[in-house]
Amino acid sequence: MLPHEALKNALEKSEESALVAFLTAGYPEPKNFLNVLYDVSEAADAVEIGVPFSDPMADGVTIQRSSQAAIEHGVSLSWILDQLGSRTIKSNTPLLLMSYLNPLLAFGFDDLASRALQVGVSGFIIPDLPYEESMLLKTSLDKVGIALIQLVTPATPSIRLNEICQASQGFVYAVTRTGITGSATQFPADLADYLAAVKEAAKVPVCAGFGVRKSEQVRMISRHADGVIVGSALVEALERGENPGEFLRNLRP
Amino acid sequence: MIRPNEEINEKKLLRALVDGKLPDASGRFGPFGGRYVPETLMPAIERLTEGVHRLLPDESFNHKLTSQLKEWVGRPTALTHAARLSKAWGADVWFKREDLAHTGAHKINNAIGQALLAKELGATRIVAETGAGQHGVASAAACARVGLPCVVYMGELDIQRQSPNVDRMKRLGANVVSVNSGDRTLRAAIDEAIRDWVSDPVDTYYLLGSAVGPHPYPFLVRELQAVIGREARSQLETHGGLPDAVFACVGGGSNAIGLFHGFLGEENISLIGVEAGGRGDDLGDHSATLGSGRPGVLHGAYSLLLYDDHGQIQETHSVSAGLDYPGVGPEHALLKLVGRVKYVTAKDSEALDALQECCELEGILPALETAHAIAGARHWASTNQGARILIGLSGRGDKDMPILSQYPIKTNDTEGAENAAA
Ligand SMILES: Cc1ncc(COP(=O)(O)O)c(C=O)c1O
Repeated sequence: MLPHEALKNALEKSEESALVAFLTAGYPEPKNFLNVLYDVSEAADAVEIGVPFSDPMADGVTIQRSSQAAIEHGVSLSWILDQLGSRTIKSNTPLLLMSYLNPLLAFGFDDLASRALQVGVSGFIIPDLPYEESMLLKTSLDKVGIALIQLVTPATPSIRLNEICQASQGFVYAVTRTGITGSATQFPADLADYLAAVKEAAKVPVCAGFGVRKSEQVRMISRHADGVIVGSALVEALERGENPGEFLRNLRP
Repeated sequence: MIRPNEEINEKKLLRALVDGKLPDASGRFGPFGGRYVPETLMPAIERLTEGVHRLLPDESFNHKLTSQLKEWVGRPTALTHAARLSKAWGADVWFKREDLAHTGAHKINNAIGQALLAKELGATRIVAETGAGQHGVASAAACARVGLPCVVYMGELDIQRQSPNVDRMKRLGANVVSVNSGDRTLRAAIDEAIRDWVSDPVDTYYLLGSAVGPHPYPFLVRELQAVIGREARSQLETHGGLPDAVFACVGGGSNAIGLFHGFLGEENISLIGVEAGGRGDDLGDHSATLGSGRPGVLHGAYSLLLYDDHGQIQETHSVSAGLDYPGVGPEHALLKLVGRVKYVTAKDSEALDALQECCELEGILPALETAHAIAGARHWASTNQGARILIGLSGRGDKDMPILSQYPIKTNDTEGAENAAA
């Protein structure tokens, strides 16, 4: 089975709504990365590993802070790939890389695709790569069957939304509100209609998130989507030294 | 993007550029440009692109813009013959005086144009970034003029080194927000302005200050700054003819692109962009993006950039805040690729010397950014004696007084030498 199919299946198979967790690679401590990743993998249905970037323009203060610290500790895309390649115990939970485009460009798309396949990455999420600009990377990822996950937002007009949903592999990332990660926790009043439209258009599961912090929110969103994405809240739990697996299990409805 | 094994037809690209066919429909200047922004911004960018293509050619919009440029900005700006500099350098040197434009730099041409556009497009709020503070001041003034509230993001370091401009922005009614994330200069200020825009893409208009960013900004800013080159060209034609060489400083590249566009089609005119060579050639010691950058994506465009082997954007250095930026407009990346413009550097010390010489010989205090263009021209004149040179005097240096106070005036008399020795 190709990685993007395995990702789709993993999200479909969970009976309740799936939980997708985001963490910044190597944060707070690079030496604990694989342990944290394992704990998070055991508590989630898919894990987004954040590749730190110097200019995270779609991120709020939490992920800015974690990215900055990770870079200062020497975390980079190649370090992350090496770490993943060195795992001795692996969870079956699909792993995704979430990265701004420039670190991927610096690595080279074709090299990246084959290396990512080798170390068990199922998909990529790229916040500064809108659908129109994604063809070159998609060509490289298609060669190895890794998913390029597309994002839609409440501001995406319906024709465009259909096109993007059709193109997305693994799942569709439905951003729950305009804005940057981590900030305000208010969701738009028409969230249910928006998510219904995304589900209607998508051939793959729909996972929704941006600003999800509490289990009531997870419950509310899971009524309308196949999965819920939790990012900044988990990074903050890691920052406080909490057990990430426990934190995620407590979020499940 | 530059695809592996792709052949670039330089002649054809230059022709297309000169014929006004670039950027293409996808916002590209050859391989450079495009729109690398979060999906949240795409609808706003589509609306802006539509608005730009509808309003820039529109007669009534142009009438409004032209009368603001004339009556409020003070255009056309003068063309000045720099007689004593000419003598000192053995050349025939002319200045296009953007320092005489309202608020003291070329930035106002873009700011008033975009403020009028924002108003037409129904925005209720403007955000802008600033490095040297010149774009911040221009935006604050333009927003006051058209009646829109204005928020200016400015790096903490730049707030310290360009303090006179911070007070001006506030006095003009802008809300100046200090940015203490990232490199705390222009790059971080743009990151923060984009975050603000992402949070409210419908009502907020992002008034970007240089020819950078996602399409349509590089095009829009170039069109609004092209007035510099158009005026300079016709002024020179009535003062003895076209120049042999044209110099402009390049930060993001807006004053340079505006000036160069007046002369792009004249193949025998050398166009030379001067970047900040800072204090040395090591990564982190300069801002020479075109000189030593690699293709990459920052702030929405694929262009040349300064980054490390992991793709992390590098901190830059320049004595001038307005050039202290690791990216550059995509059109400049193309102009370099096709070889139409030559990009050189001037070091901090060379810019400071040129600034001093311009003060002493011409009675003009240029901005530190501008001083790089003067330094580049001076160097070129030394091997091109007698040449006719046009320099884009992008702005005035009043804002730089706090920095200049750290560099005591060098004098040639014995008293000065004794003081320096003491
Ligand atoms: C006077 C002056 N010249 C030049 C620049 C550099 O910007 P650009 O390269 O966009 O013209 C600035 C930027 O702040 C400036 O204030």
